[in-house]
Amino acid sequence: MMLPAIEVKQVCKQFGDLRVLTDIDLNIQQGEFFALLGPNGAGKTTLISIIAGLTLANSGAVSVMGHDVITQYQQARRSLGIVPQELVFDPFFTVRETLLIQSGYYGIKGNTQWVDEIIERLDLADKANANMRALSGGMKRRVLVAQALVHKPPVIILDEPTAGVDVELRQTLWNFIQQLNQDGHTIVLTTHYLEEAETLCHRVAMLKEGRIVALDSTKNLIGKMTTGNSVRLRLLPDALPATLQALQISHNAGLVGLRIENYAQIEFILSTLRSANIQILEMHLQQPDLEDVFVNIMKNSGSKSK
Amino acid sequence: MTGFYTLLYKELLRFWKVGFQTLLAPMVSTLLYLLVFFHVLETRAEVYPGVAHTIFLIPGLVMMAVIQNAFANSSSSMIQSKISGNIVFVLLSPLSYRAIFFAYILASIVRGLLVGLGVYLATMIFFDTPIQLTLWVLLFVILGSAISGALGLIAGIWADKFDQLAAFQNFIIMPLTFLSGVFYTIHSLPSGWQYLSQLNPFFYMIDGFRYGFFGVSDISPTISLMIVTLCLIAISMLAIKMLKSGYKLRY
Repeated sequence: MMLPAIEVKQVCKQFGDLRVLTDIDLNIQQGEFFALLGPNGAGKTTLISIIAGLTLANSGAVSVMGHDVITQYQQARRSLGIVPQELVFDPFFTVRETLLIQSGYYGIKGNTQWVDEIIERLDLADKANANMRALSGGMKRRVLVAQALVHKPPVIILDEPTAGVDVELRQTLWNFIQQLNQDGHTIVLTTHYLEEAETLCHRVAMLKEGRIVALDSTKNLIGKMTTGNSVRLRLLPDALPATLQALQISHNAGLVGLRIENYAQIEFILSTLRSANIQILEMHLQQPDLEDVFVNIMKNSGSKSK
Repeated sequence: MTGFYTLLYKELLRFWKVGFQTLLAPMVSTLLYLLVFFHVLETRAEVYPGVAHTIFLIPGLVMMAVIQNAFANSSSSMIQSKISGNIVFVLLSPLSYRAIFFAYILASIVRGLLVGLGVYLATMIFFDTPIQLTLWVLLFVILGSAISGALGLIAGIWADKFDQLAAFQNFIIMPLTFLSGVFYTIHSLPSGWQYLSQLNPFFYMIDGFRYGFFGVSDISPTISLMIVTLCLIAISMLAIKMLKSGYKLRY
């Protein structure tokens, strides 16, 4: 069996009286594209910091590519590239200097060829010799991504890489990261944009109040949603026959939402409307997405985690 | 070793890029001290036979500049990295805590020595202060700047705010330097103060350093050397321990 890219065993973390992580168990396989989701304060960044060795767990063990992050920290850190959430930078240096210095920290001398390649691929070429201070937020974000990649780590963790980033960069970034994943890198990311996680990630862990409340493939999580299929209609006149009112779940901006258990129900809805002489002006079919799963899980797991 | 060299290079580049503030300014302020003291003390008696008071002051002022700048280098680099958050780039890397320690200390030594050398060369324009025993001078200036660099690293790690760092500097480093015999020989002090001065490790740095210039000192340079070396080992061990445990760096 292949070594897991990241293995988290029974990790607990407390800051003073505040319990941030409780009994976290997590195995992320090599080559996975994995999302760590959860509301603000759920413990995602703390968990990432523990994997990175920036935070020390109170108990439990973590390894990256089979290397314990405490006892074999050098090997573990060589296998790991982290893109921190905060836009941090060293104001004394230019983009290229920053990347070459970062390479040096990993023991890589004369890394110019690879540094030039990541500069190129992240569209930083124009700014390569600009001081870090002079860069816009989006550009700084790209440099952070580049810094995490200087040592070609097999495992890459991105903590909210697209927070406050414009559409164009978001796309460049995701294309680049997908490419990295196809090249064999394991990718772990946190994001509040659930549609991004849904399209990109094979597997998802959801954290709430420091516990894992869901851990499954994206497909399974959405597939398990029994509710969530719905049809949205704009009607003329805007009045629902009594037989359909039991199905109604929403009424927003003239659109009536009806819950359906299966697609055959649509036929019943259409025929009921036809016989009531109600005209359909607009119709959308909606399937559950990761956001529905997320909202559902966060709502229902509250009591369990206490 | 590449990791260590890179961090050292980064630390050197950091102060080199702002050399006006980190090298030239301290040279100018030390020379101003000397100018004022020269004017006031010109007519005073010799401190040691054949050593005029102004000449006596020069090694002390050079050492003071070395101590202050070595301390400022590691402490300000560390606290700036902590507060701006870019310390994560070092903490995420496989750099060992020893490599981090030695890179910071060596950069502090280099800055201390550059400022010290600058001040010394500038005084040569006005005063003739030949060095009699170069080896002693080098030994004490390197050990002294290493101690300050290590103290700076400890202060930079410990302080959460610039305010706390300034307190460390103003209430610990400054009094220890000013009361270490930079401006006087402790033989001119009342016996109580003499005793207190001997508890100050900075006194031995300056006294030993001065011995290298004049071949005369308040106490034996061998004893000073031993005390300074022991201090360096103790302070370095504390700094390395802090780095190893992740104190205030890895939460």
